[in-house]
This record gives sequence, structure tokens and C-alpha cells, in this order.
Amino acid sequence: MSAALALGDDALVLSHRLGEWAGHAPVLEEEVALANIALDLLGQARVLLSLVGDEDELAYLREERAFRNLQLVEQPNGDFAHTIARQLYFSVYQHLLYERLAAGDGEFAGLAAKAVKEVAYHRDHAEQWVLRLGDGTEESHGRMQSGLDTLWRFTGEMFQPVEGLDSPESGVDWQVLESSWLAAVTDVVERATLTVPAGPRSGGWAAGAGRQGLHTEPFGRMIAEMQHLHRSHPGASW
Amino acid sequence: MAAVTAHQTTQKTLGTANAAGGAGSTAAAGETDAPAADHLAAFDAAVAADERIEPRDWMPDAYRATLIRQMAQHAHSEIIGMQPEANWITRAPSLRRKAILMAKVQDEAGHGLYLYSAAETLGTSREELLDKLHAGRQRYSSIFNYPTLTWADVGAIGWLVDGAAITNQVPLCRCSYGPYARAMVRICKEESFHQRQGYELLLALSRGTEAQHAMAQDAVNRWWWPSLMMFGPPDDASSHSEQSMAWKIKRHSNDELRRRFVDICVPQAEALGLELPDPDIRWNEELGGHDFGAIDWSEFQEVLKGNGPCNDQRISQRRRAHEEGAWVRDAAAAYAAKHAPAQTSPRTPASASASAQTSASAQHVEETA
Ligand SMILES: [Fe+2]
Ligand SMILES: [Fe+2]
Repeated sequence: MSAALALGDDALVLSHRLGEWAGHAPVLEEEVALANIALDLLGQARVLLSLVGDEDELAYLREERAFRNLQLVEQPNGDFAHTIARQLYFSVYQHLLYERLAAGDGEFAGLAAKAVKEVAYHRDHAEQWVLRLGDGTEESHGRMQSGLDTLWRFTGEMFQPVEGLDSPESGVDWQVLESSWLAAVTDVVERATLTVPAGPRSGGWAAGAGRQGLHTEPFGRMIAEMQHLHRSHPGASW
Repeated sequence: MAAVTAHQTTQKTLGTANAAGGAGSTAAAGETDAPAADHLAAFDAAVAADERIEPRDWMPDAYRATLIRQMAQHAHSEIIGMQPEANWITRAPSLRRKAILMAKVQDEAGHGLYLYSAAETLGTSREELLDKLHAGRQRYSSIFNYPTLTWADVGAIGWLVDGAAITNQVPLCRCSYGPYARAMVRICKEESFHQRQGYELLLALSRGTEAQHAMAQDAVNRWWWPSLMMFGPPDDASSHSEQSMAWKIKRHSNDELRRRFVDICVPQAEALGLELPDPDIRWNEELGGHDFGAIDWSEFQEVLKGNGPCNDQRISQRRRAHEEGAWVRDAAAAYAAKHAPAQTSPRTPASASASAQTSASAQHVEETA
């Protein structure tokens, strides 16, 4: 069930990060939109984690090293452009991946088919903002470019085949997924008058171990906050 | 916002007055010529007949100003009110509760959106109202100047604060100003969700471990009196009430609504297995309602003056979010200007897609609860 855990943790962790925006968004419409995306992801996480075990035990009682999410999704929010860069990279990936899963006849076909509509909206939301910020003002252009650059090194990890989704029956060809992702991201970034970052996307100190349970420093603090109350009352129900 | 549906009926009543006056016409105070008197007579007749006043109808300046003040305060309360509960999103103790809480905070943002839109029909703008909030020239409900110290506070807010809001707001669904009344219909539906979810959260705690029960009781102890203050000063000290009642913006007095709220809460507290922190609550056979203890109005006045536990924190966070978001709003405006020069550019980014998504939150909760 490691695939359900990997995809479930991606959704759980990104949902949590987006939830941190509540009350801090730059405009009221984005309070609604970011919460909406967070809620979609949380719903997906609950379905996926429930395939593995008890959703709350998995979310609240695992240690940091047992989480299987990508390092990309655990990265702190930064400014709005930084959050949008993370949204772009992840939502394009998730959309392409879920489209393939939905088209296949593996065990995730049903839930992917349902989620793919939500994810299409997340992708559209991210793309629209990349365009606005990239082609908005000088300041927003600079911030958007910086968000894309900073997170670039976390994108290579996305295309390491997820265990359980590495056979032909899964419907996912990871090399094709990667080239489709790169083409789609390049298209949006260039239309936004921005530049596709040049640095490495994996290898060396770049990301590549979240799926194996190796995370970045901010993640420990994130789950400490997330798990504190639940862990303070062992066995209680809420 | 369906700001036009009931328009035509009212239009008929006010007839020529409208054609002459137009939107936002401002008859100078003291003007006594015939058309102005006609306007006022038509307006008074519409209010007396329980008809809705619509944006394009003539209305007295003071009516317009009163509505803007009240709707702005209400909208500000929705968005400031996101803060105390958002405080617990990242610590919600189960995924189900986390989904419910995120959806609730999202609903409050949506309420802010409807209310600012409704206020805009009176000739103001969201920007202007937010500027006044940030400058401390308009208020928000003082209840949000209290802190959420434990998880149980999320339940107490839902049960008591949303509960008090509903008691206050259900009569506003019949408010004389159409756009406000219609916004309130939608909002009240969602508030009653919030109230039930808060009650249910507290019930789980009350029936949980000893520590959870104590957490719930402590939250109710802290939120009860401030919730009673949400209905505003006692009738003999309320400065705006009388005129608002005459205009049918307000339909019940502060004290009347407060008593109604206490009557609703007493049996609910009993069912929750929690105590209300007022030894003087008892049934009054003669009144057919509950008597309750004296409210400490000096505390209310202090919080109103800015000396509550979180006044500075709430308004600072609001200002900071607004200031830090300025470059984002500027970018959206610049982009819109570049790419849609022929059209009137949307005042705020993503408004279409975001408001289309607003109603999704209740579904989320339904699915996940
Ligand atoms: Fe609300
Ligand atoms: Fe509410």
C-alpha cells in the first residue's frame, strides 16, 4: 500500500500548508480559493490513507521518517508567489498523474477519476496566478521568478516511480509523465514572461528522498504542530 | 449576488420617485420641495408595507448611512472572525474536525464576500470599507477580541458565537433593504451548520475523557458572558436601535434577542452536560423565559475601547495580511489592464472562479462529516 501512502501524504501535507494561509491571504477571494484547494486535498488524503489504515493514526501518530510525501509539498509557504510556484509544480504533476491513473484500470482508477476534476481546478488556479504575477508588475515578476527558482530543485523527485505504480498496468509511464510535466510547466512559465529555472532538479543536495522518508527541517516543525494536541490525549476521541 | 430579483415590485411602488431621483441621489438635508417629499412618502410607504428597498430606489441618506455602517461592521466581523478559529486549523485533533474547521473558516470568508458585495450596492466599495477597518474607523464584533486558548474554544465559538449570530441575524433576513436581506438568508443557512458543528464538537469533548470534559467546561465558562454581550448594550443604553427599528433594519430589541438566546442555550447546555457560568439563571414562570445574572458592561466597554485581550493582535494581523498582499493585488490589476484593455477590468482577481467555489464548503463538510 505504499502508493496510497505516498499519494495520501502528498495531499495531507500540502493541504496542511495551504491551511496555514487562513486569515493571511492577500485578497478575500484567495481566502476562499486556497481553503477550497486545501479541502479538496484533505478529502483526497482521507480516502487514500483510509486504504492503508486508520486515517488519524496515520496522520497523527507516525514519526517524521514514516511519512512518504514529496519534499516539495512540505516546503514552507513563503510569500504568495512562492506558494503559487509550489502549487504550479505540484498541481500540474498531480493532474497529469491522476489523469493517467484514471485512464488505467489499477486500484486507484476510481478515486483518481473523481479527484482529477478537483485537481484540474487547482492547476487552473495556479496557472492563472503564475500568468498574473509573472506578467503583472516588476515586483510580482521578480517574486514569481524567485519562487519558481527556489523550489525547482524539489521537482525531480516527483518522477521517481512510486512503488506500486511502477508496473505497466498502473497506466503510468514515468518518463512520459516527466516530459509532459516539463512541457506544460515550460509553456505556462514562458507565457508568463518568466524563465524556466536552470538549476538541477535532483541529485546532489536536490530533493529525492521524501518518498523514502527523508524530509527537510521545516517538516519536523510542521508535524509537531499538527500532531501535538492529538498526541497529548492518548486514546481520546474527538 | 441576486440584487435584482425583487426589484421590480418595489420599483412599481416607488414609481416616478425613482425615475426622478436615481441611484444614490442625495437630497440635501432639510430640503422641502415637492419631489423630495414624494420620495420620502414613497419610501415610508414601502417600508410600512414590508416591501424591500432596492439599490436603485430612493432612500434617505441616513438610512443609507446606517445600512453601510451596519453591513460594513458585519462584513468586517466575518473576516476578523476567521482569525480565532484559523488559529486551530493546523492543530485540529482529527482529520474530520480539520475538514469541518477549514470549511467553516472558508464560509466566513464567503460571508465577508457577500456582505461587502451587498454593501457595494449602496455606493461604497470593499476597498473603502477595508481602509476604514484598518484605520480603526469602523468596528467589528468585539467577541473576536477574545482568544481561542484551547481546542474546545472552537466548539464554544460554534455553539455560542455562531448561535448568538443566528439569533441576531435570522430577523435580518426580513430586513427592509433587499440585498442585505438576501445575503442574510444564505449566510444564516451556513451559520446554523456552524452552530450544530460547534455543539457536536463540545458534545464529543463533554462525553470524552475527564481532561476533554474539563476543556469544554472551561471554554464555555470563558465564552458565555462575551456571547451575551454580542447582542449589544441594554435597550435603555442603545444609541442606534430606535431609528433602525422604525426603518425595519432591526426588528427586535437587543434585550429581547438576548433573552431569546438564553432560552435557547439553557436546555442545550443541559443536553451537553455542561454548566453555564451564571448561578442566577432560573426559569421565570411569569415571563415564560429565563432570568439571568447581571452582565458586566464595564468589560464590554473596555473591549469596545480597544482594551480587550486581542484587539491589537486581530487588527494588526488584518493590516499585515492586507499590506503584504498589496503587491499581489497590484499585479492582478496590472495584468488585467494589460490583457483586457477593452473591457472593464475585474476589480479583484479571481473573483469569478473563487465565488463559484464558495458554496462548495458545505458539500465538503457533508461529505467528510
Ligand atoms: Fe459567518
Ligand atoms: Fe459562522
